[in-house]
Amino acid sequence: MSIYQHLPALQVVVPMLIAPLVVLMRGRGLAWAMATATSMMAFIIAVSLTNIVLETGAVSYAMGSWQAPYGIELRVTAFSALLLLIVTAASTITLLFGKQSIDSQLEEHRQPMFYAAWLLVLAGLVGIVVAGDAFNIFVFMEVSSLASYILIAAGPNRKAMPSVFKYLIMGTIGATFYLIGVGLIYMMTGTLNLADMEVRLQEVQDIKPIIVAAGFITVGLALKAAVFPLHVWLPNSYTYAPHMVTAFFAACATKVSLFVLLRFEFLVFHQNLVEHVGHFSTFLIPLAVIGILLASGVALFESHLKRLLAYSSIAQVGYILLGASMATASGLTAGIIHMFNHALAKGALFFAIACLATQVSSLRLENLGGVARKMPWTMAAFVIGGLSLVGIPGTAGFISKWLLISAVLEKGTLGIFLVVAVLVSSLMAAVYFWRIVEVAYFGDAPKQSAELHEAPKWMLLGTWFVALANIYYGLNPSLPLLLSNQAAASLLGQLP
Amino acid sequence: MTSGMQIIAALLVPLIGAIGIALVGRKSPNLREAVTFITAIALLVIVWTMLPGLFAGERPEITLTELLPGLSIKFQVEPLGMMFAALASLLWIVNSIYSLGYMRGNKEQHQTRFYVLFAVALSAVMGIAFAGNLLTLFIFYEILTLSTYPLVAHKGDGKTVASARVYMGILLATSIGLFLPAIIWTYMATGTLDFVPGGILEGHVAGPAVGLLLVLFVFGVGKAALMPVHRWLPAAMVAPTPVSALLHAVAVVKAGVFTITKIIIYIFGVDFLAVEPSTDWLLYAAIFTVIAASIVALRQTNLKRLLAYSTIAQLSYIIMAAALLTPMAEIGASLHIVAHAFGKITLFFAAGCIYVASKKTEIAQLAGIGRRMPWTMAAFTIGALSMIGVPPTAGFVSKWYILGGAFQADSYIVIATLVLSTVLNAAYFLPILYIAWFRNDETTPANNHGEAPKAMVIAVTITAALTLLFMAFNQPVLDLESQLVGITR
Amino acid sequence: MEILGLYNYWAYVAVLMIGFYAVIAKSNLIKKLIGLSIFQSAVFLLYITMGKVDGGTAPIIQAGVSDQIFSNPLPQVLILTAIVVGVSTLALGLAIVVRIKESYGTIEEDQIHLLDHKS
Repeated sequence: MSIYQHLPALQVVVPMLIAPLVVLMRGRGLAWAMATATSMMAFIIAVSLTNIVLETGAVSYAMGSWQAPYGIELRVTAFSALLLLIVTAASTITLLFGKQSIDSQLEEHRQPMFYAAWLLVLAGLVGIVVAGDAFNIFVFMEVSSLASYILIAAGPNRKAMPSVFKYLIMGTIGATFYLIGVGLIYMMTGTLNLADMEVRLQEVQDIKPIIVAAGFITVGLALKAAVFPLHVWLPNSYTYAPHMVTAFFAACATKVSLFVLLRFEFLVFHQNLVEHVGHFSTFLIPLAVIGILLASGVALFESHLKRLLAYSSIAQVGYILLGASMATASGLTAGIIHMFNHALAKGALFFAIACLATQVSSLRLENLGGVARKMPWTMAAFVIGGLSLVGIPGTAGFISKWLLISAVLEKGTLGIFLVVAVLVSSLMAAVYFWRIVEVAYFGDAPKQSAELHEAPKWMLLGTWFVALANIYYGLNPSLPLLLSNQAAASLLGQLP
Repeated sequence: MTSGMQIIAALLVPLIGAIGIALVGRKSPNLREAVTFITAIALLVIVWTMLPGLFAGERPEITLTELLPGLSIKFQVEPLGMMFAALASLLWIVNSIYSLGYMRGNKEQHQTRFYVLFAVALSAVMGIAFAGNLLTLFIFYEILTLSTYPLVAHKGDGKTVASARVYMGILLATSIGLFLPAIIWTYMATGTLDFVPGGILEGHVAGPAVGLLLVLFVFGVGKAALMPVHRWLPAAMVAPTPVSALLHAVAVVKAGVFTITKIIIYIFGVDFLAVEPSTDWLLYAAIFTVIAASIVALRQTNLKRLLAYSTIAQLSYIIMAAALLTPMAEIGASLHIVAHAFGKITLFFAAGCIYVASKKTEIAQLAGIGRRMPWTMAAFTIGALSMIGVPPTAGFVSKWYILGGAFQADSYIVIATLVLSTVLNAAYFLPILYIAWFRNDETTPANNHGEAPKAMVIAVTITAALTLLFMAFNQPVLDLESQLVGITR
Repeated sequence: MEILGLYNYWAYVAVLMIGFYAVIAKSNLIKKLIGLSIFQSAVFLLYITMGKVDGGTAPIIQAGVSDQIFSNPLPQVLILTAIVVGVSTLALGLAIVVRIKESYGTIEEDQIHLLDHKS
C-alpha cells in the first residue's frame, strides 16, 4: 500500500501525535517551528487529498482495515476537501506569519503548551471533517473544543477567562445535545456510520425519535456554529483570544460545525423525513435573516475592532446558513463557497488587526485615529479584506454574494425579501467597515502616534498574502467553485 | 500589437504609471509629474491608435478570465466606449498640466497620493469604456468609486470627510442596492450579460417588470446623478478642483450616463424600449431633473456648487436624449457627452484658476475679475456659452442634434424643455459673466492678484479652444456614432 | 404501563433538566460546573438504558453456553469515551475557575460582571 492511501488517516494522526512532542520543546522558538512544520505538513496532505478527490471522487478509508459500517470509516468528499483546505491553510498561515504576535502576547515558558493545544485544535477540526461516523465526530469536536478553550484562555486580558468559561459551558451543552441526538438515532437504527444511517433510516417505522434527534442535533450544532440566537459565546471569546487564535478560529472554527450540520441535514435526514426540507427551511431562514440583520446592526455601534468583526462573523454565518436553507443546488453552492470566501476575508481582517495590535495599545476605534498614515501597508490590507467582506466586485466576497443573490432570487416573492435583507446587510457592512477606514485614514492622531511604526515585515507579508488571495479568488474562483459545486451536488444526492 | 492587447494595455498603462508615480513620488516631485505625463501620453497614443480600426468597422474584443460559468471578464470596443475612452485620455493630459499648476500653486498635501489615485481612476475609466459585459462594467464602476473617494476626501478635515462620506455612501448604496440586483436579475432572465446590439432583454422580461428593471438600472447607476440620487455631486465639490474637473465633469459622471446609454442601447435595446409603455417614465424623470437642477443652480452663490448643479442638469440632457429613442437623439446624446465634457472642464478649470490666484469661491466676489485674469475669464465665457448652447461652441452642435431627435420623435415636451432650460442656463451663467467683466473691481489691495499659474492658464486655454474647435471638427465623432445608430436602427 | 415502563427515560429527562437548570440559574461558577456534570451524566444514562436488553447479561462469551442474551455493549463503550470527555471538560472548567478566582478574587458571575464593567 502506498502512502497515498493512508492520507485520510495521516491528516488527523500527524498533528495529533506531534502535539505531545511539542510540549517537550523548550526555548527559542523550537515549539513554534515544530508546530508550524506539522501544520504545513497537514496542509500538504490536504492539498494532495483534494487532488485525489478531484481526480477520482470521494475517498473512503477503513481505519485498521475494519470495514464500515462496523469499523471506523474516514471519508473525504469534495465538501470535506474544501474544509480541509480552509482549516489547514488557516492554521499554517497564522502560525507561519504570526510568530511575532504570539510572542508579544504570551510568555515564552507557556508557549510549548500553547502550540501543543493549537495542534490539538487542528487535529480535532480535521478529524471532524474526515470522520465518517457520528460518534467520532463528537469525539473530535470535543478534542478541538477543549483545546480551543485553552487557546482562547491564553489571551493576555483577564476578561478572557469568564468568556472562555461561558464558551465552555455553551460548547459542552451543544456537544451534549448532539450526543443525545446521535444516541436517539443509534437507538432506532443501530448504526453510527453516517452513510449507513441514511440507508437504515429508510426502514425505520416510528419516525418520532428521529425528529427529536434532528432537533437535538440541529440545536447542538447551531450552538457550536454560533448561529443566531445561540451566538452569545462568540463575541467575547473572539475579542479576548490572542490575535492569531482569533484569526485562525474566525477563518474556520464555526464553519466546521456548519459542515457537520449540513451533512446531517442533507445526507441523513433529507431523504428520510417527510417534509424535512420544509421544516429545515422554515426554521433556519428566519434565524439566518434575523441573525444577519441583527449582528450587522450590533456591529454598526460596536467600537472595539475585534468585537465588531466578531459580530460580523455571526452575520456571515447567517449568510452561509441562508444559502444552505434554500436547499437547492445553487443555494448550497453559495453557502459553501461563502465558507471559503469568508475565511479569506476574515483571515485578512484579523491578520491586519494583529498587525495593528503590535503597535497600538488598544483596539478601540477612538484609539486608532490616523493610524493609516503610520501603518499604510497594514491598513491597505485591512481595506482589501473589508471590501471583500462587503462584497465589492473583484474580491472573493463578491463571488459568494452574487451566487447567494441568484440562489435566493429563485425563490420568487420570498426571494425578493431575502435579497433586500442581504443587500441591506451588505450596506450595513459597508457602513461599519467604512467607519473604521475613516477613523484610520482621516481621524486625528492620538497622543502616542509619534512612536507608531509599520508592523513587523514578516507579519505584513502574511497579511498581504491573505489579502491578495481575496483578490485572486475574486477573479479566478474556479477551484472553490468546483469544490462547492460538487459538494452541493453530493449533499443533494446528485452524485454517486 | 493586436487590438485585444491594446485594450489590456489601456488598462495597465495607468496602473503601471500609478506604481511608477508611487515609487518616485517621495524623492522628486519633478520626476513624479514627468511619470504622470509619460503615462498620460502613452495612454493617449494607445487609445487613439485604436480609432482607425474602429472607423473601419472593427470590434476588437478580449476575454480575460471566466469568473463564474458563463460570466467572464470581457472587453469589447464599440463606438460609444471608444469615444468615451478617447475623450478621457485626451483630457487627462490637459488635466495633468492643470494639476501641476493647481497642486503646486495651492501647496496641497499628499500630492503623490493624488497623482497615484488619479492614474488608478483613469484605469477604471478605461475599464468602464471598454467593458464587454455588464459584470465587467460593474467591477470597474466600483473601482472608480473607491479610487475617487480618497481624491474627494483629499483635504482630510472633518467637513471634507463628511462630504466624501455622502459621495461614497450614495454611490455605493445605489450600486450595491439597486444596480447589482438589476444585473443579477438580467442574468437570471437572459442567461447572459453581454452587450449585444439590439439588446438582450426582449422576449425574456415583459410588462411592468421592464419598467421596474429600468428603475433599478437608472437609479442604480448613481453616477448619472438623476434626481433624487444626485446629492453626491454637490457634496463631491469639496475635492480639489482638478478632481472636480476631470472626474466630476468628465470621468465619473460621464461613466454614469455612458453606462445608462449603453444599457439602453445594448441591454434593453432601443426598439424594445420604444414599444414598452412601462419605461416612459425615464424621459419625464430626466426632464424633471433638467428643470429642477437648473432652478436650484439659479439659487447657488458658490461657483463650484453652481457648476455642480449645472452638471446635474446637463447629464439629464444626455439621459433625456438617449430616452428619446430616435437615431438623431442617440447621436445627440453621444455628442453631448463630448461637448459637455469640453465645456464643463473649461468652467471647472477656470473656477480653480480663480481659487488659486485669489482664493475666491463665491460668485459675488468675482466683481471685475475679468480684467485681472483675462485668459481665465475668456475661457470661462466660452465654457458658459457652450453650456447655454450658443454657436460657435460645442454645446450648440449637440443641442442641435438633440432638438432634431426631439422633432423626429414629435416630442414637444422635450422641445419645450430644451427651450426652457436654455433660458435657465442663460439666467444663471450670464449674471456671472456680467459681474466678472463689467462690475467694478472691489478687491482689497491686500489681495492684489493677477493671472493664475502658467500651467493652469495653458490648460484652460486648451480646453476652451477644444470647445470652440468642436463646433467645426465634429465630423469624426459623428461618423463614429453613426455606426452606433446604424446598428440600433 | 407504556408510560411507566419507560421510567429509565423519565429519569434521564429529569436528571438532564436538573443539570440544565443548575447551569442556567446558578451564578456560582463551581455550581454551574456541577450542573454541567449532572447534565452530561444524564446522557450517559440514556446510552446505558438504550443498550440494555431485557434479561441480558454482560456480553462475555463463555465456553459451552450458547443461548445467552447479551446487552448491547457498544453504547457502554461509547459512553466510556464520553465520560472521559466529560471528565476532561470538568477538569478544564475547574482550572479556568481557579484562574478566574486568582485574577478576579471571586467566582460569582454577577460580581465578575461588575468588576469587568468597572475596568
